[in-house]
Amino acid sequence: MKQVQNAIDAEIDKKKRFYPNKEALLLPVLHAAQRAYGWLPHDVMEMVAKSLELPLPKVKQVTSFYTMFYKKPVGECHLQVCNNIACYLRGSSDVIHYIENKLGILPGETTKDGLFTLTEVECLGSCGTAPVIQINDDYFESVSRSDVDKILEAKQ
Amino acid sequence: MKSELVFSKYYGEPEAAGLNNYLNNDKGYDALKKALEMTPEGITQMVKDSELRGRGGAGFPTGLKWGFIPKTNKPKYLVVNADESEPGTFKDRAIMNYTPHMMIEGCIISALAIDAHIIYVYIRGEFVREAEVLEKAIEEAYSARYLGNTVCGKDYKLDMVVHRGAGAYICGEETALLNSLEGKRGEPRIKPPYFPAVHGAFGCPTVVNNVETLAAIPGIVREGVDWFKSFGREKNTGMKLFCVSGHVNKPGLYEKPYGYPFMKLIEEDCGGIWKGRKLKAVFPGGSSSPVLTAEELKDVALDFDDLQAAGSMLGSSAIMVMDDSTCMVQVAIRTAYFYYEESCGQCTPCREGGKWLLDLNRRLESGNGKMEDLDLIADICDKIDGKTICAFGEATAWPLRSLVKKFRHEYEQHILEGKCPFGGKAPSWEQ
Ligand SMILES: Cc1cc2nc3c(=O)[nH]c(=O)nc-3n(C[C@H](O)[C@H](O)[C@H](O)COP(=O)(O)O)c2cc1C
Ligand code: SF4
Repeated sequence: MKQVQNAIDAEIDKKKRFYPNKEALLLPVLHAAQRAYGWLPHDVMEMVAKSLELPLPKVKQVTSFYTMFYKKPVGECHLQVCNNIACYLRGSSDVIHYIENKLGILPGETTKDGLFTLTEVECLGSCGTAPVIQINDDYFESVSRSDVDKILEAKQ
Repeated sequence: MKSELVFSKYYGEPEAAGLNNYLNNDKGYDALKKALEMTPEGITQMVKDSELRGRGGAGFPTGLKWGFIPKTNKPKYLVVNADESEPGTFKDRAIMNYTPHMMIEGCIISALAIDAHIIYVYIRGEFVREAEVLEKAIEEAYSARYLGNTVCGKDYKLDMVVHRGAGAYICGEETALLNSLEGKRGEPRIKPPYFPAVHGAFGCPTVVNNVETLAAIPGIVREGVDWFKSFGREKNTGMKLFCVSGHVNKPGLYEKPYGYPFMKLIEEDCGGIWKGRKLKAVFPGGSSSPVLTAEELKDVALDFDDLQAAGSMLGSSAIMVMDDSTCMVQVAIRTAYFYYEESCGQCTPCREGGKWLLDLNRRLESGNGKMEDLDLIADICDKIDGKTICAFGEATAWPLRSLVKKFRHEYEQHILEGKCPFGGKAPSWEQ
């Protein structure tokens, strides 16, 4: 938790000069806190609220709006498969089934060992190289079955 | 047609993103030096004369937008819309990855024109790597004193910061984006009174421009209005990035002048429809644009006015191509699901209508639909269109209404056969 507070403080220090009020630091600070902790449990949101002098319900209300702020833990390797139109046209439904079968989980679930989370997401903005999977911070474009095999093996 | 690579010269070359390359090979920041010798009005006039139109979706004239900023003592803000959330769009990402300094230079010039001293780049949260590239380029611009307390040694303070979104399509809509920037839920604001030019970020005058719009500025200022207008045609000027995805042999990013023939792009540049199949339909401007059939596309040119005349829109120039094996009801489900999932929920027609549209299309795909459902879909779309706070309503209604209208026979086939005539299977994964 100390680490999380440090990450929050560092982000505030770095960014506050750009904004006319503290409220505007909420998204940057939530990102920093999540990066440090992995997701946003109640305690972390409370820390964020205190650090920015905002009411906790306000922080929760904002957090709940955005899909990238995790309200429960996600696996070490978060597979986010796009299933919007461009990826769908290039077979993303098969991509999702392939991963479901390999990992034995459905979209929205995490493997028991906590290694993998599978999420079906909307357009990732990389449609020229569909199908696309975002894994944590990186995009994997024009993915093939052997790409997926390699990614999963590397983690297991 | 006169053509030149302006935005995509370094496509696929991350090492080209550095400041040195821009300075040595692309007359980098020469436009800024020129702009510093001009008045703000002079810069705005030049952009007006260039007929540059916004490249985020609506095609609003950029110079005109800058001219709306009132002369007050309040702070003014420039906000870069790097949300790139319209399905099918992947052009701003390429600019940020490979030519970030062109966008930064455009931003600085724009800030001078509207008297802004802070530039916020609102980038979608998923673009973690793009944000990193951009932050590095901004740092370089600070070191070279294009940003900071004295822009190029002049008495003008200018800061620029990257602000990451967190996964919400609606934050591409400019007033939702401003709420999100302010640390709020990304819910669109009611216009009036919240026109960004007057009541924008933090209640102050604000210009919101798309990444590609801003990246077009240095060329206009440096090479001149005539040079810019030598590409494209009247009211549709300049070079343009087109994002082609779906069933073509070579999907990807293509830079062409406005007015480029649609079929030439598909057949020649993109190598035609894959697997020897035929073109069936296209979303020409992202999933929010009405679908066009192969027949309708024959003589269409790629610009704002021609696509509007054809009954659709250029939007974010995201061209999604569907071959003749595609089930349009399945496409409607994918489309409806997206709008159902991404509605911010403030307006009843959008929130409730989106769910109905999804349910009806799902029922039709399963073979359990009724003929009345087709009119019901059109009716729900009519009841959303024009009756919501933001244009997300139209973005939902237009594609879904156009799909039933133009592919009614295919919907009817689902009903008559009691099943999906395409076997109910989604397109397969080739790789
Ligand atoms: C639902 C919706 C989503 C939008 N998404 C984006 C987007 O991702 N990127 C963008 O630049 N503009 C988007 N826009 C358009 C913006 O509201 C705004 O018009 C644009 O950023 C203005 O910049 P421009 O004049 O340079 O085009 C969206 C609009 C709507 C209604
Ligand atoms: S139209 Fe939809 S997205 Fe836009 S404000 Fe209303 S509910 Fe929100």
